Amino acid sequence: MLNIIGAVIARDLKLAMRRQADIVSAVFFFIIVVSLFPLGIGPEPELLRKLAPGVLWVAALLATMLSLPRLFADDHRDGTLEQLALAPHPLGLVVTGKVIAHWLVSGLPLALIAPVLGIQFDLSADALLVLTGAILLGTPALSGIGAIGAALTLGLRGGGVLLSLLVLPLYIPVLIFGAGAVDATVSGLGGEGHLSLLAAMTIAAVGFAPWASAAALKIALE
Amino acid sequence: MKDRFNLYRFASPATFYPLAGSLIPYFVAVSVVFGLAGLYLGMLVAPTDFQQGEGYRIIFIHVPASWMSMFIYLVMAFWAAIGLAFNTRLSGMMAQALAPTGALMAFLSLWTGALWGKPMWGAWWVWDARLTSELILLFLYIGYMALTAAIDDTRRADKAGGLLLLVGVVNVPIIYFSVKWWNTLHQGSSVNLTKSSMAETMLWGMLLMAMCFWMYSIAIALIRARTIMLERERHTDWARAVIAGAHE
Repeated sequence: MLNIIGAVIARDLKLAMRRQADIVSAVFFFIIVVSLFPLGIGPEPELLRKLAPGVLWVAALLATMLSLPRLFADDHRDGTLEQLALAPHPLGLVVTGKVIAHWLVSGLPLALIAPVLGIQFDLSADALLVLTGAILLGTPALSGIGAIGAALTLGLRGGGVLLSLLVLPLYIPVLIFGAGAVDATVSGLGGEGHLSLLAAMTIAAVGFAPWASAAALKIALE
Repeated sequence: MKDRFNLYRFASPATFYPLAGSLIPYFVAVSVVFGLAGLYLGMLVAPTDFQQGEGYRIIFIHVPASWMSMFIYLVMAFWAAIGLAFNTRLSGMMAQALAPTGALMAFLSLWTGALWGKPMWGAWWVWDARLTSELILLFLYIGYMALTAAIDDTRRADKAGGLLLLVGVVNVPIIYFSVKWWNTLHQGSSVNLTKSSMAETMLWGMLLMAMCFWMYSIAIALIRARTIMLERERHTDWARAVIAGAHE
């Protein structure tokens, strides 16, 4: 069981490494969107500190969305996906591997760059730590839920816009608790409760969402 | 055993089409009766609220619309589950026929809520937990309709839409509670509907209006389902006969 997940992760990572520009451009999209907010709102540190968690999280949501359409599209185009569906392993496990690989190339870089952007917003060291932790904990759920949307919109016209219509409303709980963790830390309440809920959502999303997206892939491949 | 009544017979569009056609007038009539009674009770009989004056009377539209918007989503998810489990054609058509009505109810609920909120709270929109989750529900309806509209193959549209509905129905409680906790963290209790004990006539007016909206939704969904059936089954003999009959 772990073999197939590991094999899919290794394959997807290898493919991603051959196309590093895709990863880098998603990260720069994140940086640019976050940097636009102070320009639009004004440079007052007090205001920026208050907005930082929400701005960083919304930008992380959008940056994750960017790379979702390619989660299955390339494999679908060259027929690999059909072979994976025909393979003796459950398709849900294959999708689990793809979700983990997607997080490693899209969620993880965001978590690594987020503290640097947080400094631009004058966040304290505690808040930066919680922000990084929250993004680390929450982005796997984004990849998991997003995989369902990517599978449902596979091969459709206007797939990208449609994908965001389907997936963004489902991202709301992650956004609320991700940004809430940082808010709670800044206001001195402590963000542990929010982080626990984020972790619960990630476990549920990475555990269950791949099976739903496997069902969606089978519908698309029929 | 040939004449025994069998409910499954109506899972076929060819038999359901005439059945729906003969049921629609009844649902329309019941809806009109309930609506007239509800409006009479709500607008003329129910007393003026001591806190909110006459403005509260929008409740007779607002609450039934909100109830229906949530209920219709559940009904759609029910049809989606049936469709995915038993592979029936009619289920997907019913889900698609219900979606615009559900979205309309969610929109009406938000709109009347805004009209009600302005005189009562002094704002068209507040980020109250119920308003926010109603808005998200509208997004879910729009997502479903956009997905089914984007897929040309109707079988795939039904199944993909059904899966989305099931994923959505699992997520609705999660979204609702996260919005609620978010709201209590941010807002405090600045906005709270003071639920004074409701006069009996108000409650009856609201229930009658809810029945009216319910029957209306069934009638309009059946009308829409009939159209979808004709469109999808246009290559079959019964659909050709119906269309030819309509042109005579």
